[in-house]
Amino acid sequence: MSALVEVRDLVKHFPITRGIVFQRKVGAVQAVDGVSFDVERGETLGIVGETGCGKSTTARLIMRLLKATSGEVRFEGQDITHLKGPALKAVRREMQMIFQDPYSSLNPRKTIGTIIAEPFVIHGLLEGKGERRSSVQSLMETVGLNPEHYNRYPHEFSGGQRQRIGVARALALKPKLLIADEPVSALDVSIQAQVINLLIDLQRKHDFSYLFIAHDLAVVAHISHRVAVMYLGRIVETADKSELFANPRHPYTQALLASVPVADPTKKSLKTLVDGDVPSPINPPSGCAFHTRCRYVMERCKTETPKLAEIGSQHQVACFLNEGTGRGA
Amino acid sequence: MSAQEPLLRVEDLRVEFSTEDGIVHAVDGISYEVQRGRTLGIVGESGSGKTVASLTTLGLTRTQGARVSGQILFEGRDLVALSDAELRAIRGNDIAMVFQDPLSSLHPFFKVGVQLIEAVRAHQDVSKQLARARAIELLGLVGIPDPSRRVDDYPHEFSGGMRQRAMIAMALANEPKLLIADEPTTALDVTVQAQILELMEQLQRELGMAIVIITHDLGVVAGLADDIAVMYAGRIVETTSAELLFSKPQHPYTWGLLKSIPRLEGSRDEALVPISGAPPSLINPPSGCHFHPRCPYAQPDHARIDPRLEPVPDEPDHHVACLLEADVRRRIWGELRAGRTPEEAMAVVGLPEARP
Amino acid sequence: MSRYIIRRLLWGVVLLIIVLALLFVMFRVLPTADPAKLRAGRLQSPKIIAEIRHNLGLDKSLLAQFWVYVKNLFLHFDLGYSYYSNAPVKELIFNRLPATLSLVLGGAIVWVVTGVGVGIVSARRAGSRLDRASMGTALVLVSAPEYWLGLIALYVFASDIGQVRIFPGAGSYIGLASDPVKWFESLILPWLVVASGTAAIYARLIRGSLIETMGEDYIRTARAKGLSERRVVLRHGLRSAINPIVTVLGLDIGVLLGSSVLVETVFNIPGIGRLNYVAITHADFPIVQGTVLVAALFIIVANIIVDIAYAFRDPRVRYS
Repeated sequence: MSALVEVRDLVKHFPITRGIVFQRKVGAVQAVDGVSFDVERGETLGIVGETGCGKSTTARLIMRLLKATSGEVRFEGQDITHLKGPALKAVRREMQMIFQDPYSSLNPRKTIGTIIAEPFVIHGLLEGKGERRSSVQSLMETVGLNPEHYNRYPHEFSGGQRQRIGVARALALKPKLLIADEPVSALDVSIQAQVINLLIDLQRKHDFSYLFIAHDLAVVAHISHRVAVMYLGRIVETADKSELFANPRHPYTQALLASVPVADPTKKSLKTLVDGDVPSPINPPSGCAFHTRCRYVMERCKTETPKLAEIGSQHQVACFLNEGTGRGA
Repeated sequence: MSAQEPLLRVEDLRVEFSTEDGIVHAVDGISYEVQRGRTLGIVGESGSGKTVASLTTLGLTRTQGARVSGQILFEGRDLVALSDAELRAIRGNDIAMVFQDPLSSLHPFFKVGVQLIEAVRAHQDVSKQLARARAIELLGLVGIPDPSRRVDDYPHEFSGGMRQRAMIAMALANEPKLLIADEPTTALDVTVQAQILELMEQLQRELGMAIVIITHDLGVVAGLADDIAVMYAGRIVETTSAELLFSKPQHPYTWGLLKSIPRLEGSRDEALVPISGAPPSLINPPSGCHFHPRCPYAQPDHARIDPRLEPVPDEPDHHVACLLEADVRRRIWGELRAGRTPEEAMAVVGLPEARP
Repeated sequence: MSRYIIRRLLWGVVLLIIVLALLFVMFRVLPTADPAKLRAGRLQSPKIIAEIRHNLGLDKSLLAQFWVYVKNLFLHFDLGYSYYSNAPVKELIFNRLPATLSLVLGGAIVWVVTGVGVGIVSARRAGSRLDRASMGTALVLVSAPEYWLGLIALYVFASDIGQVRIFPGAGSYIGLASDPVKWFESLILPWLVVASGTAAIYARLIRGSLIETMGEDYIRTARAKGLSERRVVLRHGLRSAINPIVTVLGLDIGVLLGSSVLVETVFNIPGIGRLNYVAITHADFPIVQGTVLVAALFIIVANIIVDIAYAFRDPRVRYS
């Protein structure tokens, strides 16, 4: 049985134009530069990376909020890369998104009851007002909101509660895939845990898949089954969560893990294994995109691009250091 | 803490703002100290008052109509009582500040070098050439490559990490004795964050300045701070050395924070223990202990009595503002540390559960 | 950067030609008096009128007339001849231009200085009585029609008919070259009138813009460096806050250069505005075309200058 989502060689370039009278394309922001992965049913795939790595763009490509420059996205075996009209609408019922900013992702002029009911309205389901209302209220209960606050407006809720409203809206159509793009980054630390627990809980009950995108490694570590690390539009490493954190093989993954501040003063592990800032996706380095900051850089890395290769069960790395299973830094 | 006079001593600081919805009690009576050459981390979430407290140190809340009471003693002088002119002599000179977002905190229309030169010449009577040389030196000091060329670039031509380094360079222009850093790495990528924190540590060693770092990230203070003060709803609830805070925390809010942050090594099945509810409004803060509505261990009279910062028995440099008994607290933390939930911990310790 | 400028200039030329074409069509299509008949005056006979028409080139097709005009314009800078007086339009316009320029540019200086000054003071003391008084006065000045203000000014201050006779009255304009002092004196009242409404608008603009700018993070940084409040406001704050004014100033000057007729009439200043007005009543197309063209040129140039100035001010804009 095919995976729920299959992404193959997905590419998205945003053109940059210049010119006096007629604009011609002089370059491109290579936001996503050949990305392939699967999301299985009922699993959480975490995508982690820093600015400009292309994780948010990837999410939007899967949701078809953007059109891919090339490559394929398959959902439940069906190629959805070029779908249009009613066919696309039908697929969209199965995929929903939770956004980062709880303050701008809810229409301030609508009551939260209306907001949560919108998916029903758009897809023409649950015609009766009474039916809709009771569905919305049960959704509110599921995410931990008081169903009697149905007629309140977003500004009357706190950030954490607004995020729950977003989750309720996403769950309305019982989708198979939920894409969460930095769902807790804008929340206070003490509230983050509430929303993370809610998301884990919901998955246990309803068995949907998550594509969880974040820059916070610890959050991704907690919620994911498998993790993919992205750098400048490419995936550099994918593995089961525990395997990735115990045994990172790509120098970038190693640097990322070493950089995360640990809440333990006895382990002063703020070692910087990498220098400088992330290069711009407009002019990515040749060959391996990480070579400009890699402590193990070889001549080969500057000209050839490493491909994702399997080095263990479910563990893939795109790095020349790891050629041949088992070898590496 | 050492017996010598602290560089900065805050005594019962209160800061209020009048707004349309009522009076905001942003800072509700806090006291802390910063020693020379050491780093104090102030940890808190949004609405804790940590930013307002540090802005008030430099008098930067005066233009917003803040009403300030209490004392901020810097080398013995009370900054709250100083006039604007006297305070200006200290800003950017003895005490300097670094802010969260270097893109919006640097003027977009002026070159970085120009802004650095301005910082130097605000307090030193030197020629433009000398100031420019100093600016280039400072950029080199913070690790910006090719500083003599980059000094003529605009802020938007720097990357995020470089911009923050430039801000730090600007703050160091007059060799301050105290550097206040308000969420200096929150807007940065994690690999860049590590570089900036390492830079700050290195600069402290080389220049001997004290640092106050304000953040919501316990991981950041764990690595950088010698002492930590935890703030909640305008008050300091716990303050001690970094080692003690993480090994023997005494306040339920601190416990809540430590138990609710996800760790890299944790597994999915080890559920996070969130703190229920949300941070309170500062216009109408809860009566008595500000944390009691969210505290699993709260007793009925905690809503009436204001806890005061008191030393923990046998730990003289450890102060906590909590109405539970020290012994009870120690045992609860022992249970929580062993993996039990707050409810289980309470049962073991024998605390009556005040909530329905 | 130069690419940006070249692109703006090219668009400017295109716009100019479009304006010309529109003008041409408008004057031929709208019902107006027949200039040939007006020219003929008392000698109205079909033959003479037809002859005049031919002389003026009005019997050719619209496109041919347009082509002749454009050719003359770009090759010889010849704007044609007035139907009414047979004098070259170019001469007529350029004779009158200095007066209008004096009026408008002088007025501009007055309104910028006053507007920005009052705006800054209001912003710094937002909510105070001074602030409310100045914004209230601004409202009154903006609402008052220019010619009304002009007449009131004359009635109160003019040396010949006024109550408090301190300024020269209407009709006292003298060219700068002839007598600088009298030139300056004669323009004081007109400048004040021209500036009043716009100064009021600018004051409100700066006030709002400065209040907003002073809340920015980089202002906080400037204060944290220990800079004097004056430097913070004038160097850091005003630099950003003045943006809306830069955008609008070019437009205001450009538009005014083409439409200063009301003030020119009240104060009897021999400028382009009056020239245009008289030409319209005589259906004197070439003059009208010429003045509108000059006005359009001023506006387009002003726009381009503003855009370029904006790019110079904001270094982030330059690379687009």
